[in-house]
Amino acid sequence: MSEVIILAFDTSTSAITAAVHDGSRILAEAAVIDTRRHTEALAPMVEKSLQECGLRPADLTHIAVGIGPGPFTGLRVGIVTAVTMGYALGVPVHGICSLDALAAQAVGDVDGELLVASDARRKEVYWARYVSADGSAMRTSEPAVNHPLDLPEEVRALPTVGRGPVLYPEHFRNPRPILDVRAGAIADLAALEIGSGRHTDAVPMYLRRPDAQEPGAPKPTLAGGR
Amino acid sequence: MSRDEPLVLGIETSCDETGVGIVRGETLLVDAIASSVDLHARFGGVVPEVASRAHLEAMVPTIQRACDQAGIALRDVDAIAVTSGPGLAGTLMVGVAAAKALALSLGKPLYGVNHLAAHVAVDIVEHGPLPEPVLALLVSGGHSSLLLVPDVTQDVRSLGSTIDDAAGEAFDKVARVLGLPFPGGPHIDRAARDGQIAIDFPRGLTSGRDMERHRFDFSFSGLKTAVSRWVEGQRAAGAEISVPDVAASFQEAVVDVLTRKAILACQDNGVEHLQIGGGVAANSRLRAMAQARCDSAGIALRVPRPGLCTDNGAMVAALGAQLVAKGREPSALDLPADSSMPVTEVTA
Repeated sequence: MSEVIILAFDTSTSAITAAVHDGSRILAEAAVIDTRRHTEALAPMVEKSLQECGLRPADLTHIAVGIGPGPFTGLRVGIVTAVTMGYALGVPVHGICSLDALAAQAVGDVDGELLVASDARRKEVYWARYVSADGSAMRTSEPAVNHPLDLPEEVRALPTVGRGPVLYPEHFRNPRPILDVRAGAIADLAALEIGSGRHTDAVPMYLRRPDAQEPGAPKPTLAGGR
Repeated sequence: MSRDEPLVLGIETSCDETGVGIVRGETLLVDAIASSVDLHARFGGVVPEVASRAHLEAMVPTIQRACDQAGIALRDVDAIAVTSGPGLAGTLMVGVAAAKALALSLGKPLYGVNHLAAHVAVDIVEHGPLPEPVLALLVSGGHSSLLLVPDVTQDVRSLGSTIDDAAGEAFDKVARVLGLPFPGGPHIDRAARDGQIAIDFPRGLTSGRDMERHRFDFSFSGLKTAVSRWVEGQRAAGAEISVPDVAASFQEAVVDVLTRKAILACQDNGVEHLQIGGGVAANSRLRAMAQARCDSAGIALRVPRPGLCTDNGAMVAALGAQLVAKGREPSALDLPADSSMPVTEVTA
């Protein structure tokens, strides 16, 4: 599969991460832990990762991006970068569920059932259940956003990857040392998707509606008004 | 139009309009817009998360439409310009990230530009090179500023700005009090045409002492409250309210202050050219009063057509083309989105 060059990145967790992949292996990978500088850090990281491989953007055949779920503002930076690069370069853009990447990262560490629980802010987690077997992780529940205690106790007791256990150790008591998405894992999953001829659009998994309240009547300004 | 002039694509996402404009030199080729304004109407104001989601969805289709309509291929573009501030942090990031993706993919320079400077520069594609200096009155839902602009590519000075609500914000709030839809500006303008200037609403920061301390600043919060009080008082007394009269009287108060201070700023600084920009520049009464007062003061007035006064990508491309033509330094690829970018910084 040497004709495949995938650029992958993810901005859905606390890491800003980029990788270059040739369809069978990772050629370069970078990550920085920073939840506030997605806009600044992603493009230079992509540029540097390509340079490390002696590649130019025009050499890319595919782009893959983590589509969350994850905090919206950072998530969008990755996705808009991916779809715009895809358009400019005329290459397909594959959207990879970021929780799937976290689960894939745990495959060597966990055998059998596992839980991915990542930071959804507001005392909630993005989560999904997986079964790790034969070198891959299969998702067995739809990604969701909940308060940790909304998850059944037996689910919370599963080996858990992502920052959920770091943030809520009292609720997730079986933490595994995998906290953030690695772009290499996004690229690996994209390579599988490309190899099987499938394609998932890079559409963000928000899982929450925007916070917005319709206004009531204007507040009175006269003294004694109600 | 010469092929030698820089071809620049500009992206604007500082609020609720996804704008992609393409300019060659001083010629506008296309101004493509996708607006999420209808999505915000029921909330009575722009909801940043709703706007950010809409920008992401609209970005590639709007770039594509701009290139198609301009009849250019993306690779022909000489530079990418983008509003890097000021504006809503979350919406700015979508545009800045998209602009970087283009610059990186195409190997072209990136210019992060100031939204307010772009509002000034847009008139170049409408009325030709800017007089230097020009005095700019920028009035929108997010800004109310008086700027002295000796060189829009590198020297923009702030003379004053609103100390509370922006002018457009006051229009939105008063519209709500009057039961008119969001955005308030066009609705108040329309209602006011059938009204009389019957109520003497206050002119903020125009009294003697305020004219010393806030000579070129604006304040519209008190005016909004005065309108609310007047309306409530009438209703409490069981009196019928004439929406056209209230709209006309409120609008007159806003426009009177804006134009009075703009003319004064020209006179104080010896500037012979006034330019008005921003969404409120679409207001018919503002245009008429500014023209009349400029005529009597011997000041030349420039106002771009309404579509170029509201937020758009053409203004960003217009400024970008000036920056390229003057050989200004491009931005680095780690350019941030700066929601509170000072107006004095033309580029980031």
